Amino acid sequence: MMMKSVLFQIHSTRGWITLAALGVVFGVVLPLLNQFLPEGSSLHFSDQYVLLLGKFACFAMVALAVDLVWGFAGILSLGHSLFFALGGYAMGMYLARSIGKGGVYMSELPDFMVFLDWKELPWFWYGFDNLWFALLMCMLVPGILGGAFGYLAFRSRIKGVYFSIITQALTYALMLLFFRNETGFGGNNGLTDFKTIYGYPLRDSATKVFLYVVTVASLILAYLSCRYLTTSKFGAVLMAVRDDEPKTRFSGYDTLNYKWFAWTFSAVLCGIAGALYVPQVGIINPSEMEPANSIEAVIWVAIGGRGTLFGPILGAIAVNGAKSIFTAVAPDIWLFFLGGLFVVVTLALPKGLVGLGALLLGRTKKLSPAPLAVGEVSEASGLQAVEPTDSAPKASEG
Amino acid sequence: MTSHHIVSSILFALCCLICAEVSWADEAVPQDALELIASGDSQKVAEGAKLLSQSGAEAALPVLTALGADKLLRDESGQLFISGESGEVLSASSLAPEKPAGKTQVVSLNNVSRRAVQESLSFLRLRARDVSVRRAAARQLSEYPDGGSVALVRSLVVKETDEETKEWMSLLLAKVDLSSDDKAKRLAAAHAIADFKDISLESELAARAAGGEKDPEVRAALKVALQSVRGRIFWINVVANTVYGLSLGSVLVLAALGLAITFGLMRVINMAHGEMLMLGAYSTFFVREFLLQNAPGAAEWYLLAAVPFAFATTFAMGVLLERLVIRHLYGRPLETLLATWGLSLILIQVVRVTFGAQNVTVANPEWLSGGWEAMPALVIPYSRIAVLVFTALVVGFVWFILRGTSVGLKVRAVTQNRQIASSMGIPAQRIDMWTFGLGSGLAGLGGVALSQLGNVGPELGQQHIIDSFMVVVLGGVGNILGTISAGVGLGIANKVLEPSVGAVLAKILLLALLIAFIQWRPQGLFALKGRAAEN
Repeated sequence: MMMKSVLFQIHSTRGWITLAALGVVFGVVLPLLNQFLPEGSSLHFSDQYVLLLGKFACFAMVALAVDLVWGFAGILSLGHSLFFALGGYAMGMYLARSIGKGGVYMSELPDFMVFLDWKELPWFWYGFDNLWFALLMCMLVPGILGGAFGYLAFRSRIKGVYFSIITQALTYALMLLFFRNETGFGGNNGLTDFKTIYGYPLRDSATKVFLYVVTVASLILAYLSCRYLTTSKFGAVLMAVRDDEPKTRFSGYDTLNYKWFAWTFSAVLCGIAGALYVPQVGIINPSEMEPANSIEAVIWVAIGGRGTLFGPILGAIAVNGAKSIFTAVAPDIWLFFLGGLFVVVTLALPKGLVGLGALLLGRTKKLSPAPLAVGEVSEASGLQAVEPTDSAPKASEG
Repeated sequence: MTSHHIVSSILFALCCLICAEVSWADEAVPQDALELIASGDSQKVAEGAKLLSQSGAEAALPVLTALGADKLLRDESGQLFISGESGEVLSASSLAPEKPAGKTQVVSLNNVSRRAVQESLSFLRLRARDVSVRRAAARQLSEYPDGGSVALVRSLVVKETDEETKEWMSLLLAKVDLSSDDKAKRLAAAHAIADFKDISLESELAARAAGGEKDPEVRAALKVALQSVRGRIFWINVVANTVYGLSLGSVLVLAALGLAITFGLMRVINMAHGEMLMLGAYSTFFVREFLLQNAPGAAEWYLLAAVPFAFATTFAMGVLLERLVIRHLYGRPLETLLATWGLSLILIQVVRVTFGAQNVTVANPEWLSGGWEAMPALVIPYSRIAVLVFTALVVGFVWFILRGTSVGLKVRAVTQNRQIASSMGIPAQRIDMWTFGLGSGLAGLGGVALSQLGNVGPELGQQHIIDSFMVVVLGGVGNILGTISAGVGLGIANKVLEPSVGAVLAKILLLALLIAFIQWRPQGLFALKGRAAEN
């Protein structure tokens, strides 16, 4: 059957069982423990951890999106924080509109507009009092911007570091734009002080848990769709583009379309993650767009295992978990640790945690193919540092 | 004090008024004037100030200046003393250090006497032998013309021999005459203003030309004057945009030059390049603090020591990073990007822990503060000029290294074809190390320059890294001449856009234009031709 073959294309039976088990634990058991056990109970899962895990799940979606383009198509984006923030702003605008007259100035308009002495809603805010419209926008806006940018860039055959640098420049330019008050998105402070979503108070424990469950479900859906894409023929061509784009093109594939689709899909995924993130943390401001955030997302992927889909999810959770612990215990050390991670992972762990785990379990052969870069020693030893080769600086991109 | 003396000084003062010519034979200070001032009575002080200003005595200017600045002291015996900047006390009559008898008190002024003192001071200055004193006085008066000085200036302007002083005097008169009831005077003022190089009257002229002036003939003249003033403003803006654009461009070039070498020649994406700038700026800070504590006399010249020190520090840091990390990643540009980003986080945090998260101050040395008046109303800070000159020197230095030394020859050889260079016996790995060190050292020099223009903090590098990459990409990777043109071009474009759209929007527009430009011409302005272009 068609359906059945698709299912088995995505995962083997064992894979599906593992996934279902993880889904039940994180999506059902933990929320139940939060809602139905009293706060004093030793098994109670507190609201604080619900929020934390919810945030991690959003970051994991970003990591998936980055991995889809970097791990499978070889496109290193330094602009995914932009798509994340745009999705976040679309949701933030809906939440800001649903404050209604509950703001500080008791006005129909969001507070910052009253503060700027604006008399009516700007046109680009129309429609955002409807949740479904906002949800549509949180996919359409990153999708259209990313799609247009990607089309132009790929058509000009901008590759490798050039592409990375201009995605960074784009993100930086839009961040500066959003920092201005006149742009109409709350400037420096962004949008915050949200009260309700679809009529339900955001402060209620039940609302929080509901948002968390939706996020976990979205993450699983995102994972499955990425998995479907990468295990299909589309994925095979995408990896061929990554490993040798000219050869793929000469074999008759229109590589532009493959890259463009993967890139746009990745932008939309980031937008959804941003939209789920904002109601949970309760604020969106331009600093979400900082180029540094994009690069941090890349390290989640690198540490988890680039080119595997499970790795980036693990990486996002591991790095952000470490961040939460470090910033609470020893904030001064955090940047040393993060910086060290970048260096160690690129030098010694090109296949990330997944590669390391596989190596320890002695299963290197069965790993899904990790990307090979010029000059990289591709043999089983994921731990071995790459030998310097004198044939090195060639400008071909990895 | 003899009666003869009094008569002679009064005669002398009269003579001065008549011939409007002060003879600066070193006259003694008229004691009666000093006595009048010492009395403290406002009427008498005014009288004394006038008398003193007309006496032609050398001491008149310092005494009146002190009086106007509330620095003139009177002791118990009624003698006057000037209290100097650093606490010394000079006798008003001899200008020699002298000890006052008993307690002293400041000779205070009220509105009446202060105005008289100011007028006497202007009078003295406008007739000083020294041209620069006359110019300064005339200029100062023209900014805030007051009734008392107008008559004086009117009497002096015809005799004035210095063109510039004369111009300021005429400006002052024209300003006053614009509001005159006499149509002829207004007309003359309008004609006169058209010829001045001053631009401060633009808004007033605009208001009068738009209807404030009733007489059509005068209004026409005002319009002509307004046009000429606006023309002058236009040229001042052109010059200012060029100079400030060049200055911004030189900063961009300094920041990007090292990157042009590491990225352009070696194809290494060094995200820690910004931190090299930051380390250069902190080296400057360190050298200054060190000299301030150990050799305060030499602190004024700290920049001379900071330049080699910053270069050496960042050069060593660059070599260290190349040996430890980067050499393992050649040929894997995306991985290099991530690893160097990690290094930049570590460097930022090291600086934050060592020097604190706050910005530190690196004050300009005395000889770099102030500015050069290129045109009236356009003062260019010396620090900007110095950065421009410094950039030119650094560019010359890079040129010399790459074109004039054997290391430079080898660097270019390795860049063009690594294998063949190696087989010719060039130690390619060692050359990589030197090249990376040079690129980092240049960033250190950029940091020295940045420390003179703005704040120095741990995030300094992050603010410049994106701009630097854009400059290198725009100029065409691997092309230092391209980097220089791109930096200067971006700097000027930024300053030209800024007045109409604001600083932030100008930057956004330029980034957008750059992104569009790269779509159209991915190889940058100056693309490499031939085989190298394929890489």
